[in-house]
Amino acid sequence: MNSDSQQRFDVLVIGGGPAGMAAAALAAESGSRVGMVDDNASAGGQIWRRALNGVETVEAARWSERLRSANVTTSFGKRVFDQPETGVLLAEGDDDLCELRYQNLVVATGARERFLPFPGWTLPNVMGAGGLQAMVKSGLPIRGKRVVVAGTGPLLLAVAAYLRKQGAEIRIICEQASWIRLAGFGASLWKHPAKVSQGLQLRKELASVPYATNSWPLAAHGGQRLESVTISRNGKTEVIPCDFLACGFHLVPNVELPLLLGCQISGGYVQVDDLQQTSIKGIFCAGEPTGIGGVELALVEGQIAGLAAAGESKRARSLFGERRKTQHFARLLDRTFRLRPELKDLSSAETIVCRCEDVPCSRLREHKSWRAAKLYTRCGMGPCQGRICGPATQFLFEWNPDSVRPPVLPARVESLASLAKSN
Amino acid sequence: MSTPNLAARDVTLSVNGARVSVPLGATVAVAVAMAGQACRVSVSGEPRGALCGMGICFECRVSINGKRHCRSCQIVCEPGMEVETDE
Repeated sequence: MNSDSQQRFDVLVIGGGPAGMAAAALAAESGSRVGMVDDNASAGGQIWRRALNGVETVEAARWSERLRSANVTTSFGKRVFDQPETGVLLAEGDDDLCELRYQNLVVATGARERFLPFPGWTLPNVMGAGGLQAMVKSGLPIRGKRVVVAGTGPLLLAVAAYLRKQGAEIRIICEQASWIRLAGFGASLWKHPAKVSQGLQLRKELASVPYATNSWPLAAHGGQRLESVTISRNGKTEVIPCDFLACGFHLVPNVELPLLLGCQISGGYVQVDDLQQTSIKGIFCAGEPTGIGGVELALVEGQIAGLAAAGESKRARSLFGERRKTQHFARLLDRTFRLRPELKDLSSAETIVCRCEDVPCSRLREHKSWRAAKLYTRCGMGPCQGRICGPATQFLFEWNPDSVRPPVLPARVESLASLAKSN
Repeated sequence: MSTPNLAARDVTLSVNGARVSVPLGATVAVAVAMAGQACRVSVSGEPRGALCGMGICFECRVSINGKRHCRSCQIVCEPGMEVETDE
């Protein structure tokens, strides 16, 4: 490893979404030497992903500017894959390897969509809801295409509104949650006026698009790619011809890195104290890995983590009130969009659950644990390392993921070899 | 004031030998989709395309300029790139 690929920071932030940007900006403004690393090509994470033909939102632009003027050293297109010793992380770029040394660390790795297997879900053009949105923002032409949006969570509405604005024909939005749950959610939103106005705006943008509650996809059909979707619409079966199915079942946090670092995880989320510090001293966590709560909560948690990591605990405490308010919204989300048990029966015996290794549901049913399934079927042993099938099997079979081992993402042999040499 | 030349902002690359033009800044996953191709063939022979769109699922992997296992949704198209699917 050559020396110019080594960098030292007082505060290192992993993840450049809202939580990471806020943490990095606040820590740097407090006088710390700060680095921020992200796998993507630019800052903003998934929520502030900028479209080729679009501009940054006002809030995203404000945080980008703060990062710039606070002199945060940013590094994009870098995947952290190992911690060879305490206080050191290794990250791989397209053609390089870098060693990142830190005093304090902020983990802001965000979340991904939860996918549930159903017959046909492996067909090309069946994508995540956020997945299709990201592809369209990256240039995929969608004008005139027929799209079914399905799954659960507030993301479905945001995605449908975005795709429609880009010229897509949204055939239907299928939300698995019941109307009663959603009505309760709406009624509880009075504490969050910003969310109410966002909701009303989305409703306006989606006028005349059918929004079906108690509804979910049963099967996707097609030869080389998707041609139609069968849905269960409030108890009735319906076939809808379409070009794309945008389907995501809310979000799951990216906790692979905190797991690797040994941070305590409970109920799937990284455990943190008031100052966003994990069970390991000097390692902080902010945003979705501590609980799915959306961008406002991510921003306030990021600010607290950044200040605390820079030794400004007193200032961090002044943000506790704001965090408490936004945490209420996170609990509402959890309650409203909990997955209904019927979704466990969507897979048939032949339905592939692990897409990397093509392991069908019938082979998984024979096993009692994630570990046994991995050993005997190779489920979760492919390149995604269980990031897609892990949360699915957790829901389907109530299996719990076990420990993670480095590399947490596929890394090049040269990267691993130079790691061995430096040891 | 001249009108912007949209064609000049396109990037041309090849997918399985066929020329594809994509908007400047588009990812390789987009180019593969615009070429009407799937990204890869699964271990049991199914065609697969991008799923997560954010570099997590590895379903969109292709060969780019001979380098295998590239996540096409994370890589921006460059002029003259040679992309091969079905690796």
